[in-house]
Amino acid sequence: MNKIGPFLALVVALVVIGLGAAQFRHTTYNIPWLPGSETEIWQVEARIEFDARGSAAQVYLTLPPDQQGFAMVSEATASSGWGFAIEGDQIQRRAHWTQRAPQGRQVLFYKLDLAVSDADTWELPPPAPTGTIIWDEPYQTAVSHVLDNILPITADPHTMALQLIQTLNRQPPDQNVSLLTSAYTGADLMQRVLQTAGLSARAVQVLELEDGRRRQALADYLQVWDGQQWRLYDPAVGEVTKSTELLLWQTGTPGVLEVLGGTNSRVSFSMISQSRSSLLLAQEQADDFALSLYNLPIAEQSMFKLIMLLPVGAFVVVLLRVLVGIRTSGTFMPVLIALAFLQTELIPGLTSFIIVVGIGLSIRSYLSTLNLLLVARIATLVVLVIGIISLFSIVSYRLGLIQGLTITFFPMIILAWTIERMSITWEEEGPKEVLLQGGGSLFVAVLAFLLMDMAVIEHLAFNFPELHLALLGLILLAGRYTGYRLLELKRFSAFNS
Amino acid sequence: MKNWISPFELKRRGILGMNRRNVSYISRYNNRRQFPLVDNKLKTKLVAEEAGLAVPKLIDIVATQHEVESVEQNLKDLDSFVAKPAQGSGGKGILVVVGQEDGLYRKASGDLITLAAVKRHLTNTLSGLHSLGGRNDVAFLETLVRVDPVFSSFSHEGVPDIRLIVFQGIPVMGMLRLATRASDGKANLHQGAIGVGLDIATGRGIQAVLHNKLVTHHPDTGADLSTLTVPNWPSLLRLAAECYEVTELGYLGCDIVIDRDRGPLILELNARPGLSIQLANNSGLLPRLQRVEATKTKKMRIADRLQFAMENFKHDDTWETLPAF
Repeated sequence: MNKIGPFLALVVALVVIGLGAAQFRHTTYNIPWLPGSETEIWQVEARIEFDARGSAAQVYLTLPPDQQGFAMVSEATASSGWGFAIEGDQIQRRAHWTQRAPQGRQVLFYKLDLAVSDADTWELPPPAPTGTIIWDEPYQTAVSHVLDNILPITADPHTMALQLIQTLNRQPPDQNVSLLTSAYTGADLMQRVLQTAGLSARAVQVLELEDGRRRQALADYLQVWDGQQWRLYDPAVGEVTKSTELLLWQTGTPGVLEVLGGTNSRVSFSMISQSRSSLLLAQEQADDFALSLYNLPIAEQSMFKLIMLLPVGAFVVVLLRVLVGIRTSGTFMPVLIALAFLQTELIPGLTSFIIVVGIGLSIRSYLSTLNLLLVARIATLVVLVIGIISLFSIVSYRLGLIQGLTITFFPMIILAWTIERMSITWEEEGPKEVLLQGGGSLFVAVLAFLLMDMAVIEHLAFNFPELHLALLGLILLAGRYTGYRLLELKRFSAFNS
Repeated sequence: MKNWISPFELKRRGILGMNRRNVSYISRYNNRRQFPLVDNKLKTKLVAEEAGLAVPKLIDIVATQHEVESVEQNLKDLDSFVAKPAQGSGGKGILVVVGQEDGLYRKASGDLITLAAVKRHLTNTLSGLHSLGGRNDVAFLETLVRVDPVFSSFSHEGVPDIRLIVFQGIPVMGMLRLATRASDGKANLHQGAIGVGLDIATGRGIQAVLHNKLVTHHPDTGADLSTLTVPNWPSLLRLAAECYEVTELGYLGCDIVIDRDRGPLILELNARPGLSIQLANNSGLLPRLQRVEATKTKKMRIADRLQFAMENFKHDDTWETLPAF
């Protein structure tokens, strides 16, 4: 191991292979080096789960209609042993799975790639004629009262929908509204009220697109026909104008998921936003290159978006410890904190971290008088940390600081250990050392965060995983660095003469 | 710039840095397998005792909570004792009892504590409070080392200890560490202890540093440090060199104390000795280590190794009178 030659050869090989493979993929598959020069692709994955009873089973999943803002790139299903077909027309398509005698827990996937595009304007179908809406008493009277209040102050279907949403959301609710909301829910109620008034309205189900979300459910929205087009309303807020983050999934009355021959069925959605050039899309449709993260299920892909950033954080730790000589409490704790910062954003993350650790330390100083065994002490801290975090979330929500809620992204066990370790350092080496190590850790975490948060780094790490080989080479190289650390130049400054 | 030094200057002076120590010395010369032997003070003590090396006498081992409860049986007849965690680090968790009065125990600091407090200390030790990584640990009791009268005026509290770096069985650099009031009886330089560089040939003091600054007198006792010479130096040097055979660690730090009655005793061994010894000696370790590396030391007998050390690493001037910084 002392021969430097083979070691350097290994390092060079890693760097060359890493860069070479990245360059190869760049030229062959046209994966761009920089983010931004690409088409935004939403990969949406519906995951259907149910318990089969052993008899013939049929599963229907409503598929999103063609709509403005999105162009379908591809769709696929992963469900071995099941017959699959897509039925229906352009307005409301349905996926249909069938199997003779499935047993036990079944999981079916439907995967859809949508390109964000503003070019296509789809001719939306005119509203279907609605039958007369029948209300039971006392709802009939309540609806009349509500409509009597709204009608005189509105001019068209749009203003009417807005007024209705306002009325239904007003706090405190008026007596009629309370009555209605006790029997019907948001979008459904609005649909019925508007239909009663003779408008074309429908409750729809919408998928709120947000990068990296997993296990999401559809949200209920309202659509109203204004004479030319369907307009979309959020039943809690009002009209929605920016529709590129909302995917209309279901417009008809039957449920999104229908399972015959199964129980405990549920459907959940995962989604991820990818930056890919349109040329790459064509490539991928032509032949799947097997060794790509894109081929993983979406839920796993969004995991990998984070996982692929970890080596970057680890590299920062190596550099700062080996080249600079910064002391941290816990070797890779700063990376995990940086990862949490990615979810919370820097300032709220830093503030809440310091608050939680600060409160934890003061409680821990009391714990040390109780003379507890180590495992019990850590367990106590875990419980306390969870308590602090819950309290923090509730208080900040009450104060209207939504960002305070992201505190739950902090790894709690790590927080507990950090508090424990800092407290021991405090007792044995004094508060100065705690500040030094705590400050060092936070400094490393912030630096790692700033790097991991850069769009370029995130893009490269996920789209060119082979670059990690080059990074590995650099880490190996740093592992054999025998020169002085930056802080040693200060430590040994007494040798200046 | 006064507060920073250029890396080239450090290199010219042969200062060993942390990275180089880890890569070129610890991982090259110290077999991982041998680490538990020195990381566990109890094991070190047992192995050293077996090899016939002088150590403070073991009184009792407290390995379970059950043994903590009945520890007073063993403490009854003792006037003084030291309780240590087997795997403590940086002098953590060491309880020094210098006497018993009416069922109370007098600590080295002069405070009196109850039996319950002693037991609590042992329980904490067992649960890993003082140990690396918080692992469960074992406590042991050993005899208290009596300060040699030569040192009595030089130490504020506790026993001065001598740290020797032993490379391939050859002592290459040494320093005497004196606790101060500020260091709270601890002997680590960064905690405020005084480091006195020692001439490997004679055991005489070269210069003394406190917080990286030269000092001539002990801040608490006022003793003149320039008169300091470690007694029994040849036997102390031999004791350190013998640790190499026992541990098979090529790059080793030996902490040795001098007992009034028994002479040099091995206190503990360290597979990752620190670098501040260079500050106390105002010279770098690298040239000395390289001198040893350039010599065929494998087959040397212990007397030859000591001879080699005394010839090669002797200090020319006596006390460093120049304000070197």
